[in-house]
Amino acid sequence: MKSLEELKALRDKMRSQTDNRAVAGSDETVIKVGMATCGIAAGARPVLTALLDEAEKRQLHNVSISQTGCIGLCRLEPIVEVFKGGQKYTYVLMTPDKAKKVMAEHVVNGNPVKEYLIGEN
Amino acid sequence: MFRSHILVCGGTGCTSGNSMKIYDALVARIQKEGLENEVHVTKTGCFGLCALGPIMIVYPEGAFYSQVKLEDVDEIIDEHIIKGRIVTRLLYKETVGEDGNIKALNDTNFYKKQHRVALRNCGVINPEKIEEYIAYDGYEALGKVLTEMTPQDVIDVISKSGLRGRGGAGFPTGRKWQFAKNSVGDKKYVCCNADEGDPGAFMDRSILEGDPHAVIEAMAIAAYAIGADQGYIYVRAEYPIAVQRLTIAIKQAREYGLLGKDIFGTGFNFDLDIRLGAGAFVCGEETALMTSIEGHRGEPRPRPPFPAVKGLFGKPTILNNVETYANVPQIILKGADWFASMGTEKSRGTKVFALGGKIHNTGLVEIPMGTTMREIIYDIGGGCPNGKKFKAAQTGGPSGGCIPAHLIDTPIDYDNLIAIGSMMGSGGLIVMDEDNCMVDIAKFFLEFTVDESCGKCTACRIGTKRLYEMLCKVTDGTATMEDLDKMEELCYYIKENSLCGLGQTAPNPVLSTLHYFRDEYEAHVKEKRCPAGVCKKLLRYQIVADKCKGCTLCARNCPVGAISGTVKEPHVIDTDKCIKCGVCMEKCRFGAVIKA
Repeated sequence: MKSLEELKALRDKMRSQTDNRAVAGSDETVIKVGMATCGIAAGARPVLTALLDEAEKRQLHNVSISQTGCIGLCRLEPIVEVFKGGQKYTYVLMTPDKAKKVMAEHVVNGNPVKEYLIGEN
Repeated sequence: MFRSHILVCGGTGCTSGNSMKIYDALVARIQKEGLENEVHVTKTGCFGLCALGPIMIVYPEGAFYSQVKLEDVDEIIDEHIIKGRIVTRLLYKETVGEDGNIKALNDTNFYKKQHRVALRNCGVINPEKIEEYIAYDGYEALGKVLTEMTPQDVIDVISKSGLRGRGGAGFPTGRKWQFAKNSVGDKKYVCCNADEGDPGAFMDRSILEGDPHAVIEAMAIAAYAIGADQGYIYVRAEYPIAVQRLTIAIKQAREYGLLGKDIFGTGFNFDLDIRLGAGAFVCGEETALMTSIEGHRGEPRPRPPFPAVKGLFGKPTILNNVETYANVPQIILKGADWFASMGTEKSRGTKVFALGGKIHNTGLVEIPMGTTMREIIYDIGGGCPNGKKFKAAQTGGPSGGCIPAHLIDTPIDYDNLIAIGSMMGSGGLIVMDEDNCMVDIAKFFLEFTVDESCGKCTACRIGTKRLYEMLCKVTDGTATMEDLDKMEELCYYIKENSLCGLGQTAPNPVLSTLHYFRDEYEAHVKEKRCPAGVCKKLLRYQIVADKCKGCTLCARNCPVGAISGTVKEPHVIDTDKCIKCGVCMEKCRFGAVIKA
């Protein structure tokens, strides 16, 4: 390491390794993936992985991604809940591609992806 | 990015509670389930709540599991990690709110009043991975210092922050660095005193175990400020985990070029070595410590010349305590004003205390200076166990004194503690309740200093020995009132005539207990009675005939057969045979055995 810039680059890279190592603050976006048996069977794990990868790729440090249990709507799994700006958004029938789109449009740009929300389809 | 982090405490307390086996089991289970890309298991430094170890925290939920056993690992993985259901039965009770929801750790009584600066990374990062330290702004202060500040700027910031030495004496750190900078020398040294020897103090160990890079970074900053290129960390060999993590940390820092030649391309060179101490208490004294690093027998020498002028190998040297260093990177990054905004007028910042003795939450706490003893003992520490009455708190180890219950509202800082006859010391805080005999406590600490006196000067070598003998007379019940006066006189003689801090402070435990608990001394001398029922020679166990049911339990358990009596008749203790072990009192179900 020969410069301060190198140190800062390493710091930013490492931050995504230690993200989620705290209880989410009130200004953070909290994303929960339903990962009970029904969720996992419907393909929740690739969705979760896609969300984690996307957060790392975009260096999103104010996002907390974790799992949760079954909310009782097994036929609409995989379900992803996004808590942002004091509101809860429930995305249903998710896929890795849909998850990436939610990350880009909703989490980053602040525009919920209406067509994936519950009640829209 | 990981969806979940499992942080397992790898401090000495939890390690001795098998936390490393729990760590291994967690890693194995996570791999078996194929979750290693989602869930990260980390070992960290000390969380502070050692009484509840082994401890682990699972984020992002912030579930604080305490007293975890190896058998609990599968349940935690199956329930919490796989199904997302927190294992409530293992949660630290304080973190479960009345509504059944988890409270954030910082809202619990133990953590609420704490303010973690020196301990900020302990229990947060993996101390064996430099990258995690860097993720939490590590080595940025060093980078800032080397690229944006002159050595004088650094010293000015440290001086302005009001940081004082955390090893006990409280000398202003900035002034110490200024002296060393002003000294002329072809070579200068930076040393770290990690020879933590006070019984009951373990904050330096925890910092080295939990955040070793903070100390390394601070030493490099100090070296830049005074113009040194070599540092030594003098750490006791009795701290194997700390030594191991330091060794790893130094190696990693060298690999990243954060130690060595031309750091950050600025032309600044600094390297660091570890020197192991053999556990002599006197080697915590600065001149003795440096003599020991030089390879000689660890004995102090008179000052002046002070180390800043003529220290290690005769060169200008600064020597700071571990905790002092741990504050430095934060002061550089956040500014002198931020640090000075905490604490009191003359004692800025925070102080780490090691809570021990008769207190609920044994462990490590960091509080702003000026917090009262009452807040530490009752609000944070949870008070004395078993509903016993708080009697006194001992600070400063063998160099400090006892603070009696009526001074419990004193705000803690360097000057207040000295004013009430104790001292900050390195921050050991031993709590005593009504069952502790103050004469016995003084004797305990004095026995320690008698053992640890290096023997170089007469006042300390012979003085402490004679003082100890007088204390033994008191606890044996053979002392006279004149002995008490003689003791006091001898105390002042030792303080005034000893060469180094060890002897100068050794009589403090005696003087402060004589001052605040003279009635207890007098009870030993005049009435031949130990009010707390500790001093064996003055004890006498008796059986109250009215209460005794004649169950024979005491007689059967007495190891020397001193109790006689027939079934269903009151028993009697033969005081000549009795060795005062107290087993009969413990075993009696009717409270018939009493101490008199």
